[in-house]
Amino acid sequence: MTSDHAAASATGNHPATAMTGDHAVDIDKHVRIYISVFVALMVLTIVTVTVSRFHLPVPIAVTVALIVATIKGSLVACYFMHLISEKKLIYAVLALTAVFFIVLIALPNFTVSDGYWIH
Amino acid sequence: MDIPYTVEVRRDTGLTNGKIGIWLFLASEVMLFGALFASYILIRTGAPSWPRGDTMLNVPLATVNTIVLISSSVTMVMAWASLMRGRFETFRLYMGGTILFGLAFLVIKYFEYSAHFHEGAFPSTNNFLAIYYTLTGLHGLHVLGGMAVNAYFWGPGAKLWKTNPVWFTNRVEHAGLFWHFVDLVWIFLFPTLYLL
Repeated sequence: MTSDHAAASATGNHPATAMTGDHAVDIDKHVRIYISVFVALMVLTIVTVTVSRFHLPVPIAVTVALIVATIKGSLVACYFMHLISEKKLIYAVLALTAVFFIVLIALPNFTVSDGYWIH
Repeated sequence: MDIPYTVEVRRDTGLTNGKIGIWLFLASEVMLFGALFASYILIRTGAPSWPRGDTMLNVPLATVNTIVLISSSVTMVMAWASLMRGRFETFRLYMGGTILFGLAFLVIKYFEYSAHFHEGAFPSTNNFLAIYYTLTGLHGLHVLGGMAVNAYFWGPGAKLWKTNPVWFTNRVEHAGLFWHFVDLVWIFLFPTLYLL
């Protein structure tokens, strides 16, 4: 195995696609980002637990918890899962998934709401 | 016959087949957990009263588990980065760490479950516990499955590194995507079940 061998990283989606020269510097940059994201996730976990101790009213507590969880989830998806620099097809798949996910979450709840959607 | 597009990318998609495959699989996983989250919301909003998670569950243990799982995500991505740098031994260390973090998560979960069972808190006890066991149990199975795949790449599957390092690196990246997804699900499960 040689460096050149692995240099042709199959995905081609990341700036870090090789092991030598400038690419090695790119990997180092990525590693620094991973560490920063890790610290951010730890801090946000502490925030989540701390806020829950204030025993806020349920709607506010749910909102705050979901906002923090969404930020944490976005960090994981964008940086650890490399979604910040993916191909369009992956974005298309995820956009379709998001639509179906929203319908999946919302539809059953419309059936029990007092709205005008479904009775 | 070689499997196509494991190393080189397809011209039409710009991706390897493995990458497309794992993302389609993760899309189906979103719907699986989404259905259970929808059930949770429906049951909770329809219930006359609902307990706060921290009155029934062990928040400190779950917080430790959150830290463990986030740490495992970092070691997983570092394992992949090590391969990108051509450092196989470092990959082994990080991947081994990921597997151990996964094991720690399950051991902590075992103690949590044991304590609940000892107190007579079973899935049949009430709706809160039913959805708690269903969601965390399914998530635990995903951790177990991810550990099995990671252990394969740490052990026998690592032979591929000698013959086709790029393919091996891609496979580890795909395993990592699954592992990060499992972490992502827990990031939402933790506040939903334990803190609200």
